[in-house]
Amino acid sequence: MLTILLILIPLVAGLLTFFLGGSNAKIIALAGALAELATAVFAWTQFDPAAGAQFGFQYDWITASGISFAASVDGISMLLVLLTTFLVPLIVLSAFGHNYQNPATFFALILFMESALVGVFTTTDAFLFYFFFEVALIPVYFLAAVWGGENRLKVTFKFFVYTIFGSLFMLVALVYLYYQTPGTHSSAITAFYDLQLTPAAQGWLFWAFFIAFAIKMPLFPFHTWQPDTYTESPTPATMLLAGIMLKMGVYGLIRILLPITPLALNQWGAVAIVLSVIGIVYGSIIAIQQRDMKRLVAYSSFAHVGLMAAGVFSTTLNGMQGALIQMLAHGINVVGMFFIIDIIFSRTNTRYLDHLGGITQKTPSLSVYFMIMLLGSVALPLTSGFVGEFLLLAGVFEYNNWLGAAAGLTIILGAVYLLRMFQKSMFGATSVNTEHFQELTLSERAVLIPLTIMVFWIGIYPSTFLEMTEPTVNQLLRFIHN
Amino acid sequence: MPVTLLVLIPLLPLIGFLINGIGFRHIPKGAVGLIGSLAALGSFAASVAVLLAFKEGGSQPMIVSLFDWIKVGELNIPFSFQVDQLSLLMLMIITGVGSLIHIYSIGYMKHDPGFGKFFSFLNLFLFFMLLLVLGSNYVIMFIGWEGVGLCSYLLIGFWNKNTDFNNAARKAFIMNRIGDLGFLLGIFTIIHAFGSVEYTEVFRQATGLPVGDHVVFAITMLLFVGAMGKSAQIPLYTWLPDAMAGPTPVSALIHAATMVTAGIYMVIRSNVLYTLAPETLEIVAVVGAVTAIFAASIGLLQNDIKKVLAYSTVSQLGYMFLGLGVMAYSASMFHVITHAFFKALLFLGAGSVIHAMSDEQDIRFMGGLRKKLPITFITFAVATWAIAGLPPFAGFFSKDEILAHAFEHNKLLWGIGVLGSALTSFYMFRLLFLTFFGSFRGTHEQEHHLHESPAAMTIPLVILALLSAVGGFIGVPEALGGTHQLAEFMSPLFDTARQVNPEAFAATALTHSEEWILMAVSVAVALIAAVIAYVMYISRSAVPAPESEARTGVENVVYHKYYIDELYDTVFVKPMKSLSGVLSSFGEFVIDLFVEGTGKLVKGLSNLGRQTQTGSIGYYVFAMVVGIVVILFWNLLLN
Repeated sequence: MLTILLILIPLVAGLLTFFLGGSNAKIIALAGALAELATAVFAWTQFDPAAGAQFGFQYDWITASGISFAASVDGISMLLVLLTTFLVPLIVLSAFGHNYQNPATFFALILFMESALVGVFTTTDAFLFYFFFEVALIPVYFLAAVWGGENRLKVTFKFFVYTIFGSLFMLVALVYLYYQTPGTHSSAITAFYDLQLTPAAQGWLFWAFFIAFAIKMPLFPFHTWQPDTYTESPTPATMLLAGIMLKMGVYGLIRILLPITPLALNQWGAVAIVLSVIGIVYGSIIAIQQRDMKRLVAYSSFAHVGLMAAGVFSTTLNGMQGALIQMLAHGINVVGMFFIIDIIFSRTNTRYLDHLGGITQKTPSLSVYFMIMLLGSVALPLTSGFVGEFLLLAGVFEYNNWLGAAAGLTIILGAVYLLRMFQKSMFGATSVNTEHFQELTLSERAVLIPLTIMVFWIGIYPSTFLEMTEPTVNQLLRFIHN
Repeated sequence: MPVTLLVLIPLLPLIGFLINGIGFRHIPKGAVGLIGSLAALGSFAASVAVLLAFKEGGSQPMIVSLFDWIKVGELNIPFSFQVDQLSLLMLMIITGVGSLIHIYSIGYMKHDPGFGKFFSFLNLFLFFMLLLVLGSNYVIMFIGWEGVGLCSYLLIGFWNKNTDFNNAARKAFIMNRIGDLGFLLGIFTIIHAFGSVEYTEVFRQATGLPVGDHVVFAITMLLFVGAMGKSAQIPLYTWLPDAMAGPTPVSALIHAATMVTAGIYMVIRSNVLYTLAPETLEIVAVVGAVTAIFAASIGLLQNDIKKVLAYSTVSQLGYMFLGLGVMAYSASMFHVITHAFFKALLFLGAGSVIHAMSDEQDIRFMGGLRKKLPITFITFAVATWAIAGLPPFAGFFSKDEILAHAFEHNKLLWGIGVLGSALTSFYMFRLLFLTFFGSFRGTHEQEHHLHESPAAMTIPLVILALLSAVGGFIGVPEALGGTHQLAEFMSPLFDTARQVNPEAFAATALTHSEEWILMAVSVAVALIAAVIAYVMYISRSAVPAPESEARTGVENVVYHKYYIDELYDTVFVKPMKSLSGVLSSFGEFVIDLFVEGTGKLVKGLSNLGRQTQTGSIGYYVFAMVVGIVVILFWNLLLN
């Protein structure tokens, strides 16, 4: 029951915002997002990691075809639902300082998106998964296409077509799997797990799923839509994309690709992991010389997600647990980073590093928050990024020492590009743009403080989250390795 | 031993950091300095109490587990502390010297607008440094390791309006991160080999391995890469001289006395593993010896008072690694201790000079300061005597012990070490003479302002001078009628290593008279170098040539630090930047070409398909006719 509530609350709140919003749209949206967060936290208090899938809900949707509206929460879902419901109120709040046109539509879209995301992370039916996976794209497409920057139409079109194109492969694979199920057929994801598929069939299924998820995350070389889209989208949409939506891809790898095509993994896993590692290094190197802060963080995010994928494909416990906690950490860090860039842009009208500098002299508090988010991203121990990166690298290293070492370059290159960005924006002499930099507002602090708390929580006491997912991950790995 | 007391050691500086860090804009300067210094002193007091309790409790190592930090499957990384001889010695240095430097900073940073920020960073540094040495496993060490790197970054770039300083800070962080990757891969290899990162467990399992085991070789080499970064050894040393951009107390605390010795701590901590890997030790010894002499040679021609000391630090760290490489573990630790005293003193003395000279750091514009800064002069002279390795001050005992072990191991390494000590003695006396003797060469205004520093600064100088003078007596060798208390105290640390490789710990084969000769040689060499410096800079009152004067040949190369920075820039930095540019334009373009190409292909195919549905009747009729003809043709003629 809780699961259906989690999917419905943002949907209803979105509708309320849309129809009744008017000038109060942001307040209604925030209230809705907080109600959702409260529900998720309540679910968390009731959640038992060892008990497997819980709070289940099933409604026979298309009975004759065995397609049902089914959703439940296990450790992995719980973590991602918490991430989503934690970030959305902050994303809503981050938009408070802006006067976006048609606020009712704007905020309603964010909430619709949340509903679809929670749907993706909780559903246990393959077609429903596909449905949510696609539906999630629509709100964020509109957010980007309507409220984005100058090149928004061209860029978002490419993004839209590219990701839809990728998903089609998944659809074909799902339909195929559906017809393989015995009897009257079933589209339950677990029914797909139980199929005895030939290695050849698993081989092409592997690639069909891989392309769909690799485009979504994105992984090298399917990433060229990402920097433009992140840069052109309005910041709340960028946060949704980078903070939550890319996790759908990683989640898909864990929930769909690995357990359905375990045999293909022996054959193709190495290719996937090599592509992921190439992406880490490639994205990091490109980030070094970026001038636009948003673009820089976009490439940094691309590099980080490569490491998550590499960890998942290592199919080691360390790699998987690392990927999961890193999804949480990355969501928080990247939202913090994009928000700080948004704060800078809203005051200086520029995101170009050459036009900034000296902000720390004007607003030390901003530079402190910035530094904290940065430390999370460069994986300094006791901040959010370390635990995930440590486990991920340990996992990849376990898989192959040399790949682990290559992936490890991220800790050097991450410092190279992020410290450059920090120095060029925060340190040095002030510029014409930063001379009159204003102190942080209350609503800005209200976004940054919870993010900061999470950066340290994950870094200092990661057990909260590791324990949540470990039983589910263990079960999954046992299944894959048999 | 009371656990709370132990926890207080790192906790107090953390609390100091939080109070000053969050509230410094509201707390008056006096209170900031007091809170910061009390945090350090409190931590020192707690360390002393723990040391006493440890000795009373029969010197048994103890592990205090606080909570499970990272737990994944079989791998458990607890947040826990280990108290033994090694961590205690490090605690005493860090909190002891650290407290003195905090007090000194109250005077030194008095007029700086960033006073509060400075103290909070300094406290944060202590916190991480204490974690580094207190941790009971490699990952806790890594927390401290990276944390001190962060503080080093923040403090080098403390005056962040200056782009050069910021670049120096960034360089330090990135170079350290290169080492850290080695450290991290070392930890992964340890996890892979032993399934644990806890020191006791790893070393217990390691005793079952043969000497020369290749996994242990890999582990020790990877850890040593980390040590090279943090302790500024060739090839990862170039960040340390640049790190002098930070305020001088930072140079004293972080870049001389404590953080840069973390690499030595790491090797001593892992002595069981290193003892099992003689090949690694060989490499450690060579890297140390080469670094010692290489950095010393650069120090000969530097004119910035802090740069001379920076190269001297790199060089002295080289001696410590030389000691480790020849398995003189406790001798290296001895040198860590004495070096902490005299090098911190030298830096603080330099700070006092810079303070008096209105921020002038070039010794060509100093001279004759001994009359105006008597306390600074005397204490600086004591430190110079100590670092030059002249008896009976601290450096003599520790350096000679390393050299004696080196002599036994390999005569060439010993020769390099002795030559290095001659160079050390020369550049240090050169520095002393140019700064404090002769006539004043600065501006009139500077001369007018010359003054001895306030008590907050001179008291730490005097205490450190006393320690530099008598600190060596904790390790008087048998040859000089001592018992070497330090070696005795540290001895239990090497029990396990002794088991796995007993020959390596065989008693010295040197007779007392041989040891005396070795001592005489190094003292004589150092004295001769000092005399040469005296003749050059006092008798002939030579002053190094100004920047504008052309230098030739070898002198030019050495003066420009062998052009290593330029080399790294050409080989690594610039290519990386170009690669970044190329990938971001051309690489992305090519990949996108495929993406757009796929798009175009689909579009093209659909256009082709669209031709069949134009809606033109004539076209349809034509297609129909063609179709009928083809079918007829097929059916009638071919079948």
